[in-house]
Amino acid sequence: MKKSVLFGAMTVAGVAAGVASAGTLDDVKARGKLNCGVTTGLVGFAAPDANGEWEGFDVGVCRAVAAAVLGDATAVEFVPTTGKTRFTALASGEIDVLARNTTWTFSRDVDLKFEFVGVNYYDGQGFMVPKELGVSSAKELDGATVCIQTGTTTELNLADFFRSNNMSYEPVPIETNAEAQQQYLAGACDVYTTDASGLASTRATFETPADHVLLPEIVSKEPLGPLVRHGDSEWGDVVRWTLNALITAEELGVSSANIADMSAAAGDNPEINRLLGTEGTLGEMLGLEADWAKKAIMAGGNYAELFEKNIGETTPIGLARGLNAQWTDGGLLYSPPFR
Amino acid sequence: MSDTHAHSVAFVRETEIPASPPPAAETGVVKWLRANLFATWANSLLTIVAIYVIYLILAGTLPWIANGIWNAGSLGECREILSGKVGACFAVLTERWPQLIYGFKYPTSEYWRPTLAFFLMLVALAPVLFFDLPRKLLIFTALFPFIAYWLIWGGTILTPILALAGFVGGFFVYQKFVKDSFALGAGGGALVALIIWVVGGWLIPDTANENAMLLAVPSRDLGGFMLNMMLGLTCVSLSIPLGIVLALGRQSHMPLIKGISVVFIEFIRGVPLITLLFVASVMLAYFFPPESTVDLFLRVVIMITMFSAAYIAEVIRGGLAALPKGQYEAADSLGLDYAQAMRLIILPQALKISIPGIVNIAVGLFKDTTLVSVISMFDILGMIRGPILASTEWNGVYWELLGFACVCFFITCYGISQYSQWLERRLATDHR
Repeated sequence: MKKSVLFGAMTVAGVAAGVASAGTLDDVKARGKLNCGVTTGLVGFAAPDANGEWEGFDVGVCRAVAAAVLGDATAVEFVPTTGKTRFTALASGEIDVLARNTTWTFSRDVDLKFEFVGVNYYDGQGFMVPKELGVSSAKELDGATVCIQTGTTTELNLADFFRSNNMSYEPVPIETNAEAQQQYLAGACDVYTTDASGLASTRATFETPADHVLLPEIVSKEPLGPLVRHGDSEWGDVVRWTLNALITAEELGVSSANIADMSAAAGDNPEINRLLGTEGTLGEMLGLEADWAKKAIMAGGNYAELFEKNIGETTPIGLARGLNAQWTDGGLLYSPPFR
Repeated sequence: MSDTHAHSVAFVRETEIPASPPPAAETGVVKWLRANLFATWANSLLTIVAIYVIYLILAGTLPWIANGIWNAGSLGECREILSGKVGACFAVLTERWPQLIYGFKYPTSEYWRPTLAFFLMLVALAPVLFFDLPRKLLIFTALFPFIAYWLIWGGTILTPILALAGFVGGFFVYQKFVKDSFALGAGGGALVALIIWVVGGWLIPDTANENAMLLAVPSRDLGGFMLNMMLGLTCVSLSIPLGIVLALGRQSHMPLIKGISVVFIEFIRGVPLITLLFVASVMLAYFFPPESTVDLFLRVVIMITMFSAAYIAEVIRGGLAALPKGQYEAADSLGLDYAQAMRLIILPQALKISIPGIVNIAVGLFKDTTLVSVISMFDILGMIRGPILASTEWNGVYWELLGFACVCFFITCYGISQYSQWLERRLATDHR
């Protein structure tokens, strides 16, 4: 028993200061670091590389927020969370923002007392089949055996989809994505279903990805976005408008390549001027520097650049923009105006 | 009989016939094969089937290992090099081995520190494990926790020195008063240690870590097999004394102590370890004020220690129950008090009986440390399942990584088991 007291004393240095109630924005500024919750590892969205540097699409959001608030895209403490620990970590104040491909649902927003500040990826449940099956639509899957992860919403979505289309299926329950890959490749099931982004990254690891096709039907809505705690609207605004700045930057054609020129002096487009702080006082309203959005965009580029670098068609994951295109291109990305 | 002389018969053998070699079927390899593999037709059949199965396994794995690629940047590159042949992609191990051993956040320039701590650990463990070594080495063993803490976590050296000072102070007070009463000694020692820690805690400035000789590494940055080793070693060495105390407490005649021990043991044994870990990582955050939290590593150590202490207590209770009543009575008749009787007569025998059980739990505990990966600590399994498999380069490499983890754990656990067998032989004083 005495020894555990010893360790108590020994970890005096490890006793960390948590979040005071003054307001998350002030806390983050005082701390000089943003505590950002990410996954313990999801291909393309968040994973540390060989040098231990986090990279990925969700990580890009964290870095943009850190750059906007602190002016330094590396001033982020990444806190890996599992599906089970993520909400407690946010609720207890261990992290300031959770950017962990979390689906925006009613109960999470209302009942768990979190605030989703926007959507950075519109996902949905899809189907993958071997090409040799000759199936081109999920509606032709009557009687198929389907590999499905147990205990997830995908299981319920699948049942709904097959019932509403008057089809039958035989489920092959599996526990993890890794197991699913093995089962599917071994031919234990005709179809594998999970989130479309997960299917794409799974397919990318196959020896012959071209032998498998993703069917066009998406049978559920999975809007993934960053979230913060209820009750601190100022901080929620900062994260929300940082995300919006990335999206708007793409819409207005501001990228990390041309941002230095565009922000040097006020240009012809007033919205770009307001966004980059060469005109107006938007930064001041948020409690940030005037060039907050410029720093956020320079951290990893605008939305399109983040997408292409981490999960886009040039990467092994090879996701098309699809729903995640700008509203002007037929997608769902629609940032409120900066004025 | 008298006429049977050498000269009256044709031949008399006067020397012994040299021993002829045994029949070919009764010697050497053939005999061994016949006796062990082909004794009956059923055994022969089983042997042939077993050889075939072994052949199948080796035919599958050997080319896979022999063709293994050790130098590539990604799984795709491995496949290109193999170009259709069967082969492992060990390149993931060569690229990521520091992450598998130290976790992905431990500063690269500081890898020598845990490595040094590991070798010092071997030195510190030696006198505990092999009691033929000079007893003076135990001084180093007593200092080792503080040295290892300083090496692994870094930061100011004042923290481990303060912790050590508390122990030394407490020990002296204990020595002074224990002659009068054990309770006074233990209580006084604990009080003095606590005072030293609290006062010292005020004296160490908050900024002491910033310009320390060794870069401070927070607990969250520990990972890999190092984390498994640290958790395993700390928890085993803490839970054995705690288990002994609990086992004695459960046999105590004092109702309060007995009650506490029984409730503790039964409660902990009735709860799965993973639940305790979730409590440690998730629930405790709600109980503590938001300004201060107890270090995550410490929380996990406490939970695992409590868990294995309850099991070890039951194993030791079995050892205590196995002793004949005469041993207790003999101790009483010699006029020994409780502490002396336990220390000199009962426990040495009871612990010897309990060795296999304790080692069993130690091995189980060591493997259970992989459960911390579910509370987002990156032990070797957490590293594999999380960051490494989630990187775009290595998504899809399973056998190589998990095989590596198996090898790491097997070496350690087999070592522990071999040591315990040696210990049992060494301590065998009965005449079986």
